[in-house]
Amino acid sequence: MKTPPRPFAITLDPGSSMHNLTGSWRTMRPVYSHFLPPCNQACPAGEDIQQWLYWAEEGKYREAWEEISKNNPFPAIVGRVCYHPCEMGCNRNKLDLSVNIHAIERFLGDLAIEKKWSFKAGADSGKHVAIIGGGPSGLTAAYHLRRLGHQVSVYDAGPKAGGMMRFGIPKYRLPREILDAEIERIEKMGVRFEFNRTIDDVDALRKGGADAVFIAIGAHLNRKTEIPAKDACRILGATEFLREMEGAEPPKIGRRVAVYGGGNTAMDAARTAQRLGADEVMVIYRRDREHMKAHDFEAQEALDEGVHIHWLRTIKAITEDSITVEEMKLEGGTLVPTGREETLSADTLIMAIGQNVSSEFLKKLPGVEVRSDGTIGVDAQMQTGAPGVFAGGDMVPAERTVTNAIGHGKKAARYIDAYLQGTPYTHPEKPPLAKFDALNVWYYTDASRSRQEMLDRVRRKTGFEEIVQGLDEETAKFEARRCLSCGNCFECDNCFGVCPDNAVIKLGTGKGYKFNLDYCKGCGLCVEECPCGCIDFVPEVK
Amino acid sequence: MESKTVKFYQTGTFTVGNRLLSEEERHVQASAERTNSLNSGHRACQGCGEALGARYAIDAAMKATNGQLVAVNATGCLEVFSTPYPETAWQIPWLHSVFGNAPAVADGVAAALRVKGKKNIRVVAQGGDGGTVDIGFGCLSGMFERNADVLYICYDNEAYMNTGVQRSGATPPSARTATTQAVGVHPGNEFGVGKFLPRIAMAHRIPFVATASVANLHDLEEKVRKAIPIQGARYIHVFVPCPLGWGSLPQHTLKVARMAMESGLFPIFEAEYGKLTHSYKIRRQVKVEEYLRLQKRFAHILKEPATIGLLQKMADANIAEFNLMEEK
Ligand SMILES: Cc1cc2nc3c(=O)[nH]c(=O)nc-3n(C[C@H](O)[C@H](O)[C@H](O)COP(=O)(O)OP(=O)(O)OC[C@H]3O[C@@H](n4cnc5c(N)ncnc54)[C@H](O)[C@@H]3O)c2cc1C
Ligand SMILES: Cc1ncc(C[n+]2csc(CCOP(=O)(O)OP(=O)(O)O)c2C)c(N)n1
Ligand code: SF4
Ligand code: SF4
Ligand SMILES: [Mg+2]
Repeated sequence: MKTPPRPFAITLDPGSSMHNLTGSWRTMRPVYSHFLPPCNQACPAGEDIQQWLYWAEEGKYREAWEEISKNNPFPAIVGRVCYHPCEMGCNRNKLDLSVNIHAIERFLGDLAIEKKWSFKAGADSGKHVAIIGGGPSGLTAAYHLRRLGHQVSVYDAGPKAGGMMRFGIPKYRLPREILDAEIERIEKMGVRFEFNRTIDDVDALRKGGADAVFIAIGAHLNRKTEIPAKDACRILGATEFLREMEGAEPPKIGRRVAVYGGGNTAMDAARTAQRLGADEVMVIYRRDREHMKAHDFEAQEALDEGVHIHWLRTIKAITEDSITVEEMKLEGGTLVPTGREETLSADTLIMAIGQNVSSEFLKKLPGVEVRSDGTIGVDAQMQTGAPGVFAGGDMVPAERTVTNAIGHGKKAARYIDAYLQGTPYTHPEKPPLAKFDALNVWYYTDASRSRQEMLDRVRRKTGFEEIVQGLDEETAKFEARRCLSCGNCFECDNCFGVCPDNAVIKLGTGKGYKFNLDYCKGCGLCVEECPCGCIDFVPEVK
Repeated sequence: MESKTVKFYQTGTFTVGNRLLSEEERHVQASAERTNSLNSGHRACQGCGEALGARYAIDAAMKATNGQLVAVNATGCLEVFSTPYPETAWQIPWLHSVFGNAPAVADGVAAALRVKGKKNIRVVAQGGDGGTVDIGFGCLSGMFERNADVLYICYDNEAYMNTGVQRSGATPPSARTATTQAVGVHPGNEFGVGKFLPRIAMAHRIPFVATASVANLHDLEEKVRKAIPIQGARYIHVFVPCPLGWGSLPQHTLKVARMAMESGLFPIFEAEYGKLTHSYKIRRQVKVEEYLRLQKRFAHILKEPATIGLLQKMADANIAEFNLMEEK
């Protein structure tokens, strides 16, 4: 082709700057990375919260729910009862208030129930696992093992599955339709249940065909304390009291009920007694509010419902219609009796001073470490001293929460699977933490945290209706969008926009970006301006 | 100018784009189809604010004119780093004459297009602060006076950078440059000298005058989009940090610009026919000192509270004059 004649004095055709590969100037290189968001790090069930919020932001609720389900089969339940340590970790706390993660999780869980989304079991592995205890830990293990294709039988001493989620946590915090729906979904994966079956011989289960066993029997034995009593008033154990709530007849209590203890069980027992129509309900607790085991909001909700709390009191003696308590004081963290006594009138006492594990039967198993409080020792793989026998949940030494039990169930399932396959399971290495300082918060809009409505106080005192209400779709989506996406790209196009050298290539929505290292000069503007801090900046090596 | 506020999404109102926004709601720079008027391979320093500002502005102009644009460039970094003969990084019709005559050349181009009946082609002239505020000032003032149909964009990096950081009429007081060393009684540039061209442009009562910053892309793009169709002389003055001349880290270019904007030291506003019509409201106010700390050109005054105080006063005066705070 003939090129047109050049203008006067022009000797060369215009060339493009693209010949000049400015990437050679670079001493530092930007790298798209994934950091560990603090919410994820704090979640006892190991959820990838940031990832499911990412889907929820888009209104892709099914994807969000499936992301949760990779780790936790109970979003509607934990969205209600989990103490959400994720929110304590949330980086947004340093801006205004944390993302209301549990409320969004509950929204997703409820939606899944409404839409009847279901789980799928994996292809049959030919292996069989026996699970003792159908509480959150056992059920979670059953769920994961079914996903991996193993046959699962769950044996429970009680008449129904759920463990303390059913026989402990009251309805006003966890409606039973929700509990039933999420358990039923697991059952439909082909989990076999045997109820009213107390297991006391693990060896027999193994001989009966179980290739591995997971024990998750919880902690149900009410701790006792010696109290001098003449013609004592009615004394009940808190777990029995709450368990009876699930029976045909509500438990019988008097008109003036005292609950001894300061944990969540004590608060729930008191609030249940209040709802059963007692004239007066009081909690007696030896420490103060600051040092109680229950979460502050639980005490507050109890107080709001009219429960009285006598802080710093121990019970000295009881009679038919009174309780004598001694005032205590805290001196540098230790409780000291003051000698001052007072008498409270009460006709029922509910003991809620903690629970032990009923693990006598495990002493028969060689290698299993049974501690004095009945808890069982397990290694980092949730395995007891007996090969192929794993344990988790409340019965092993750890924090006793539903979500922790779920986390144990998941972890145990992984290692049981590895045990059955005969191949070791290696957990992928955790990326470094996504710290607040790595965020560029300039880019985030002000947005205050969405609150959940509460049932009015009068109705709370008299019935078992659920107290805390859910979020509607718009609010849940708004709340999800408050997430800062710590340490993980959410496609805001900032890197693509701020590169003075057009060295960022946009791969299309959902596909992210990549660097064109031929031209990237390594200025680091993308690193600095990335709102979520997901771009690492590493030295070039020769 | 009000840049558009996106229906709540965590970012999107302030970031370049967002995966949740429809293509129409996104900004020009978020689009994989943007012109990239200034292509890769240009020789600007790492993190150059001028290279970035020019791409922001000219891409927006290309979008607004549907690609029917001619740009005339004054001498300066933007010209030198983009077009070392026989190469160019410009992907648009672009011409360069000499240092000081860009406004006049652009007016000539506009006249030629008019004569040829090519009404749809718009003309932009652009240059650095030296080329605009000092050397090309006569030509620019004439262009304003004739109300020539040209949009002039000045990229203000507050000194003659291309020749080695000499003081210009836009250099701020106390800044160290090659010609205002940090020595003597008044180290760095003098107080009470220099000129703020946007105000001078307003005095010409041309249809449109605006300031903008690389730290506020949405506002910058919106101003270019608005200026393009206006007939007559228009002027946009864009604040663009120069890591080399200012002694700031290349990765801090936008941070530095943001601090200038959020301290009030560089006011962002818009005027029509000489009257102030809109001003950007500071979102997270910072002290001038935070801005100064990021730059070595101010290192010598960091221990001089009195001098910092004078600069803070300038910022406060801007806040009052240009109405930079949201009314409480
Ligand atoms: C009143 C109360 C309120 C609570 N509130 C909360 C809360 O709001 N949030 C929270 O996170 N946690 C809460 N918890 C704690 C939480 O319920 C437990 O940590 C959790 O349920 C433990 O799960 P798990 O699977 O280990 O045991 P469990 O839930 O106790 O389940 C154990 C199961 O094993 C069965 N079992 C026991 N022994 C045998 C046997 N020998 N053979 C066969 N089956 C057997 C039991 O019948 C039971 O179904 C609360 C606990 C109580 C008591
Ligand atoms: C008439 C004339 N005088 C001096 C020069 C040398 N010169 C070339 S670029 C430049 C500095 C340009 O400064 P500015 O306009 O602020 O642009 P910057 O490089 O800072 O972007 C100078 C002085 C020239 N090219 N022509
Ligand atoms: S802002 Fe989002 S990603 Fe960051 S900690 Fe909170 S919930 Fe997790
Ligand atoms: S000297 Fe300044 S204006 Fe010139 S290319 Fe370098 S950073 Fe950009
Ligand atoms: Mg300059």
